Amino acid sequence: MKTLMLGNEAVARGLYEAGCSFVSSYPGTPSTEITEAIARYKEVYAEWAPNEKVAMEAAFGASLAGKRSFCGMKHVGLNVAADPLFTISYTGVNAGMVIGVADDAGMHSSQNEQDSRHYARAAKIPMLEPADSAEAIAFAKLAYEMSEQFDTPVLLKMCTRVSHSQSVVEPGERVECVKEYVKNPSKYIMMPGNAKKRHPVVEERTKALVEWAETAEINRVEDGKDHSRGIITSSTAYQYVKEVCGDKYPVMKLGLIWPLPEKKIRDFAASVDEVVIVEELDSFIEAHCRDLGITVKGKEIFPCIDEFSQNLVAEKLGEVAPCAGCRVGDAIPARPPVMCAGCPHRGLFYTLAKNKITVLGDIGCYTLGAVAPLAAVDSVICMGASVSGAHGFTKALEGKADGKTVAVIGDSTFMHSGITGLVNVAYNESNATIIIVDNSITGMTGHQQNPTTGMNLKGDPCTKIDLETLCRAVGIRRVRVVDPYDLKQTEDAIKEELAAPEASVIISRRPCALLKYVKHNKPVKVDADKCRSCKMCMKIGCPAISMKDGKAMIDNTLCTGCGVCTQLCHFDALKEAE
Amino acid sequence: MNTKNIMIVGVGGQGSLLASKLLGRLLLTKGYDIKVSEVHGMSQRGGSVVTYVRFGDKVYSPVIDKGEADYIVSFELLEAARWTEYLRPEGKLVTNIQQINPMPVIIGAAEYPADLAAKMQSAGIQVDAFDALTLAEQAGSSKAVNIVLMGHLSRNFDFTLDEWMDAIEKSVPAKFLELNKKAFMLGREA
Repeated sequence: MKTLMLGNEAVARGLYEAGCSFVSSYPGTPSTEITEAIARYKEVYAEWAPNEKVAMEAAFGASLAGKRSFCGMKHVGLNVAADPLFTISYTGVNAGMVIGVADDAGMHSSQNEQDSRHYARAAKIPMLEPADSAEAIAFAKLAYEMSEQFDTPVLLKMCTRVSHSQSVVEPGERVECVKEYVKNPSKYIMMPGNAKKRHPVVEERTKALVEWAETAEINRVEDGKDHSRGIITSSTAYQYVKEVCGDKYPVMKLGLIWPLPEKKIRDFAASVDEVVIVEELDSFIEAHCRDLGITVKGKEIFPCIDEFSQNLVAEKLGEVAPCAGCRVGDAIPARPPVMCAGCPHRGLFYTLAKNKITVLGDIGCYTLGAVAPLAAVDSVICMGASVSGAHGFTKALEGKADGKTVAVIGDSTFMHSGITGLVNVAYNESNATIIIVDNSITGMTGHQQNPTTGMNLKGDPCTKIDLETLCRAVGIRRVRVVDPYDLKQTEDAIKEELAAPEASVIISRRPCALLKYVKHNKPVKVDADKCRSCKMCMKIGCPAISMKDGKAMIDNTLCTGCGVCTQLCHFDALKEAE
Repeated sequence: MNTKNIMIVGVGGQGSLLASKLLGRLLLTKGYDIKVSEVHGMSQRGGSVVTYVRFGDKVYSPVIDKGEADYIVSFELLEAARWTEYLRPEGKLVTNIQQINPMPVIIGAAEYPADLAAKMQSAGIQVDAFDALTLAEQAGSSKAVNIVLMGHLSRNFDFTLDEWMDAIEKSVPAKFLELNKKAFMLGREA
């Protein structure tokens, strides 16, 4: 029966139908819903791993054991998992293994705009690229067939607009698929003597995949009326091209983005007067065509920055785009994302900003501590970089940064890759102060469980990693817990730990205010007669507080009664409700 | 049929995903090709959010571009004004008159423009502005603004009331069904 399905849910459906029975992933926008969706199928074991490298290695282990496996991640997560990626390319698989990676052109929710297609070529692993939900199902299933046929892991590349668009699909039935594990040291032990023999196998495999790509139905040519131009494209760029051009020009739509066919592209190029490559982000198909000696137009017309749209494609191809509608004359203020009302991170960042402390930040909701008016963060690079960065910053200034520099990292991010940085802090004895903002959930990606929450992906209770014990075991002697809703307690702890002559960890602990089990207090009350319009309460950037007619005003629909603002008011104008 | 384009815009957390889910369910029963594009992740944290709903015989692009929207349904006045360039010349804006200050306004770095509905109208935009929040509260929950807006939008389409109600039943939990049906009717009759 036809139904609407989100691209990511469609990937999950395809994995399910292909008999996938082991999934290990780390959440990351826009990839998260693949794993959330597959966890709902009882036939499939699914878990959140602490990071992408662990997830990929676990999925490899499951493939080795004979079960079709999957690991999913966002584009930057593939950087974390790059180490196993390059070597499982050599070992190949036992049962099929698929690696889902979702790019974020336009950086809706990411720190960079890298193009994952380069990994396919660099690691010599085939990459499929669906353009809608129906293809997401079909390509996920095809990926397993290819994985077992060619003895290789297969990359399934998504992007924000395919992952987060619903389109019409027709789900099928599940087919079970299990293999025996047979010990095979020369294939699975990648020490030099064996790896030297495996590398030529990989090169031969790529040649075989190129042959496959020449005739594969997923690399199709849709003919057009006007052969003065032919377009080669894939993924969402294909959708924009078809939206604009319909069947005007011949279009080669590539479903296998690496390796690319040679003869098929040459034949296509010969059938048209000029070839235009329409691809988001980097020159990838274009570079391949140039390597083949085919003259094409690509990045000389199209940008390598941001995502495309139909109007952009129309403009660049010289086609007609609709005129933009009317605007109102006034400047429309931006509406950037903000920390929610009642967010436990707010009190902590207020305290750090107030004390003018240098903050090495990290990836999560608390990255928003960088936004005005808190503006409390100095750098954000990647998962875990706060802890290692604070170590380097503190060491480099040889004591001058002591007492002024902290790292701020979330519970899930700490488990992902903060812990190795903390080992370095302990081992190499820097005087860094590490603040773990423990909101008892992975927040930004939409409330996923993690090793510190005591619950697993399926929603069952499980082992809860104790952060205090973990930090002490690593070798940090000073470990303490504060409640970030209590500003005085938080400030005292930060000052004391910054003054301490050794490394310390402060765990700022309060569950995310959006968690269903978190009970909110009644909204804060304003005594307008006492309010002197000093705007102290505005310094914390709470969306529930605004000024109206010179007096503080609380939005009762947003306020959770966290009480942070009441601690800032010198005139007793803000009061927690009885 | 040519592709029809509906944009649903608002502030992260206002419930635009349920509105697009409802539309998707309805359109699916009518046999259209459909694409619904959503925003997840960071923007959901109180930022400006937009959902694109497209339907017709064959829909390629998952997004709606400037000058293409037949309808913009807005949960908030400033967000309505932010996206008007996306309307076709004959397109229509259906908007809640609620105002939610963005952080730059809250901290005094920018001003919330006054009289936005009137200004949009005098700029030549077809504006249908009404108080969806009060109607949602009348129905029993301020969170039902999304369904009130869908009810108001429904007046522009030929789909029957039964078809809409069927889609609501498939989109909301049973315990909130009556509330949402009431919210839909209040919006439809407003």
